[in-house]
Amino acid sequence: MSKKVAFLQGNEAAAHGALYAGCNFFAGYPITPSTEVAEVMSVELPKIGGKFIQMEDEIAAYAAILGASLTGKKVLDATSGPGLSLKQELIGYACIAEIPCVLINVMRGGPSTGMPTGPSQSDVMCAKWGTHGDHASITLMPASVQECYDMTVQAFNLAEKYRMPVLVMPDEIIAHMRERIEFREPGELEVIERTAPSVPPAEYKPYDTRFGDVPPLAAFGSGYKFHVTGLNKMQDGFPTTKAEIVQAEEERQVRKVMDKVDEIVDFEEFMMDDAEICVVAYGSTSRSARYAVNVAREQGIKVGMFRLKTFWPFPDKQIKAIADKIKGFIVPEMNLGMCSVEIERCNMGKAQILCVNRVDGEPLNPDQILEKIKEVK
Amino acid sequence: MAYDYDKYIRPGKLPHIWCPGCGHGIVLKGLIRAMDSLNLKKEETAIVSGIGCASRLPGYMDCCTLHTAHGRAAAFATGVKLARPEMNVILVGGDGDGTAIGGNHFIHACRRNIDMTYVIMNNYIYGMTGGQFSPTTPHLMKASTTPYGNPDPSFDIAKLAIGAGATFVARGTAFHANQIDKLIAEGIQHKGMSVIEILDDCPTTYGRRNKYKSVIEMMNRLKEVAVPVKAAEKMTAEQLQGKILTGVLYKADLPEYCAEYQKVIERSQGGAK
Ligand SMILES: Cc1ncc(C[n+]2csc(CCOP(=O)(O)OP(=O)(O)O)c2C)c(N)n1
Ligand code: SF4
Ligand SMILES: [Mg+2]
Repeated sequence: MSKKVAFLQGNEAAAHGALYAGCNFFAGYPITPSTEVAEVMSVELPKIGGKFIQMEDEIAAYAAILGASLTGKKVLDATSGPGLSLKQELIGYACIAEIPCVLINVMRGGPSTGMPTGPSQSDVMCAKWGTHGDHASITLMPASVQECYDMTVQAFNLAEKYRMPVLVMPDEIIAHMRERIEFREPGELEVIERTAPSVPPAEYKPYDTRFGDVPPLAAFGSGYKFHVTGLNKMQDGFPTTKAEIVQAEEERQVRKVMDKVDEIVDFEEFMMDDAEICVVAYGSTSRSARYAVNVAREQGIKVGMFRLKTFWPFPDKQIKAIADKIKGFIVPEMNLGMCSVEIERCNMGKAQILCVNRVDGEPLNPDQILEKIKEVK
Repeated sequence: MAYDYDKYIRPGKLPHIWCPGCGHGIVLKGLIRAMDSLNLKKEETAIVSGIGCASRLPGYMDCCTLHTAHGRAAAFATGVKLARPEMNVILVGGDGDGTAIGGNHFIHACRRNIDMTYVIMNNYIYGMTGGQFSPTTPHLMKASTTPYGNPDPSFDIAKLAIGAGATFVARGTAFHANQIDKLIAEGIQHKGMSVIEILDDCPTTYGRRNKYKSVIEMMNRLKEVAVPVKAAEKMTAEQLQGKILTGVLYKADLPEYCAEYQKVIERSQGGAK
């Protein structure tokens, strides 16, 4: 049987990826350049008995998916810069209450209304540091339409597995460009379901660490009664200010991700074997970087690319290892230097770091990257 | 025999956090009696709140309880209800939570006429944060941030709910405790968005600043201003000056949101038009 193929936009592909992963509830608020995700979901969800709702604002949309997730649904929301800013308080709520959900944030220019139709990669720090308080973040960076599909599936898996919010962040170019994609066959990609409690309702606690760092989450309406709050909580879900409990729970919420960094972090190495220069890129910028690396190789320059597929958690270990071997990092991004801050942190002064930054709403082109590659001494 | 509230109270979660004389506990008891009168199943009932003293109520209830972020209860609850329409979804919270920061979600939940019941405890103040004025603090009254008297006009929550499209709107008071359960029960039974405003008191942050000498005085004021809608029909405009209508203020039979979405599902699958 031949595979179902289509010529889709990144946003459309992401919506289909969500459906593949079993998403059955979407809430959103229209915003360029993410709206196509909502439009596809509004068409497709009712056909499978799922629910789509357009809420009154971005905060409400995120609140609605959290409410729906607590009833056992697999939930999605999609937005862009200004919406991402509005959702921050509730992203923190999802972190502390440990509610699985996926948010697609299509990156456009900012701050504020910025450039609604222009591409950008300037939300990557907001994805981690936007909400207040300590918390882990999982943020995925598709660089093709197929990856919009596949990484959305992966995002649902990570959200359910680690019981937390997960972000998929295509830049506007990836979200709006059209490419051929393959719809995955059932069973072709792994689909992870939420772990249901193994204890009867009377014994159930929503944060019962006897079951590990990711305690099973029951569904409202399934016979289990429990309490959910945004306050620091005990294992039974009720608020506490007891120092040792708060400390332990806060640490667990970060540890559940950071202990699994090796499982979560995904990346691509391109021509890195003998590389003396490493271009670290993500999203559409990595496509220009790949081109630049190819051209540079033709000219005899030993350069490769490390492509971030997971932006958060950041691949510290890999970047540190590369820093030991190379002369210089090139960090091209459509912002004024965000990934480069992380590279600096991992590099610890070892290799040279050169940035290529563009925030004028135009894509970063290979020439700009090539030029920097040649500057490495 | 004393009424058995324990049926719906979560074991081990009392005492509550509320001050002596706070009306929120009266509403809690009214809600329990209402749920009991309808025999609501605890595991089939979600109680959703925002942030504030009033919003602490769900923690005491032995149900599926969701204490969300400030103002966001209606939006979370909409997600719960649409995802599981068979559940009873009850919202509780304060005037500040529901009509200031949560005002947008409140009016849109009313507009959708989604089958939820919203019990708003209106004590005219932000109690939890120490008594700043809320959208319902009456003009010229004192709050910690209106030391010279409140310059703002105030919301009438029930009117707001009616204007926004709620199809069952009622008002009671913490003084008229026996009426609270009946209003809430009627609201729960109503198919569509029901809003029950309970005029309440906060002796700690509102009473004290506004020269109420005691909780009894605050309760007496509720007793004096309240006029049942039926009684009001026979009163003149002059007699109604300064009074507040109580009872069922509005009721309409209009399409409910989850039922309408079910039709969307059917249409998308080529079914009923
Ligand atoms: C986003 C956010 N802003 C402000 C607060 C602070 N805050 C907590 S409760 C509250 C007011 C609650 O008033 P109301 O809803 O009337 O409840 P009451 O305490 O009077 O029962 C405020 C402003 C908060 N928790 N979150
Ligand atoms: S501060 Fe006011 S609203 Fe809060 S518990 Fe005390 S009396 Fe009640
Ligand atoms: Mg109040």
